[in-house]
Amino acid sequence: MSHIDGNVLAGVMSELFDFDITITSGTCSGCGDDSVLAKAMVYSDAPGIVARCSACGGVLLVIVSDGERTWMNLHGIDELRISSRA
Amino acid sequence: MAATRTETPTGRSIVLDVPGWPGNIAGQHVDVRLTAPDGYTAVRSYSLATAGDAEQVQLGVDRLPDGEVSPYLVDEVRAGDQLEVRGPLGGWFVWRPSDTQPVQLIGGGSGIVPLIAMIRSHADSGSTVPFRLLYSVRTPHDVFFADELAALAGPHLSITFVYTRVTPPGWDAPPARLTKEVLAASVLPAFDDPSVFVCGPTGFVESVASWLVQLGHEPSRIKTERFGGN
Repeated sequence: MSHIDGNVLAGVMSELFDFDITITSGTCSGCGDDSVLAKAMVYSDAPGIVARCSACGGVLLVIVSDGERTWMNLHGIDELRISSRA
Repeated sequence: MAATRTETPTGRSIVLDVPGWPGNIAGQHVDVRLTAPDGYTAVRSYSLATAGDAEQVQLGVDRLPDGEVSPYLVDEVRAGDQLEVRGPLGGWFVWRPSDTQPVQLIGGGSGIVPLIAMIRSHADSGSTVPFRLLYSVRTPHDVFFADELAALAGPHLSITFVYTRVTPPGWDAPPARLTKEVLAASVLPAFDDPSVFVCGPTGFVESVASWLVQLGHEPSRIKTERFGGN
């Protein structure tokens, strides 16, 4: 199964956050790689969406939605650094 | 849906009137949602070929053989039809007219779509930042926006084509997939520290991105947009 880039998460994430989280940097809890979410490897063929670290392949986050509720697991991200906005 | 135009044997561009569209930066995308009569929905992301403030935007879509959404957009949707779009989306794979670094664009197939938005934005803004495009297509008939690219090539935009299956008559090389050697000979050198944007099928983007790093380009200067498939 081929993956696409974290850029593609901008749409689904816009339902959860009121800013573009794909340009936010974070740290992979598996290998410590520091990268923007836009560079993650995204697998969207599954029932949910899985984003993996582009350096080590570890799962960063999983999003599953049933149309009414959305579950988001961020267990593979140690830290997100979100810029303050004017 | 305002208008469509056939671009290639498998792809077309689609112009949408989007009342209230806030404008977008070159390289951004929209999510298109289709809903079947039984309520089944499918959402796919499509790059915008346009940038700026106009409430009319253009997409470029290539038909994927097993696609759920692209065959509808390429073969069925007609002017006057309604589409559900969300956007503009994505602030990563973007080029702004205020950017001053040289730019290398590398597209495979319909991966040209966000890159033409950057080329149009570059031309419209009068930017003199050097732009270079490397565009890999199967045949001369598979070039999206062919006339416009030919018209925009000039002192601030150079274009190199790679033909993988069929070349134009008189072309000086046999058809072949892009190689690291051709890439190295065609793109701005790492020494120039260009911003590099690569868009295409996943396999194409993987190869190009790894070759660029081998050629000395900083990984942080390479931005990619894969659209799946092979």
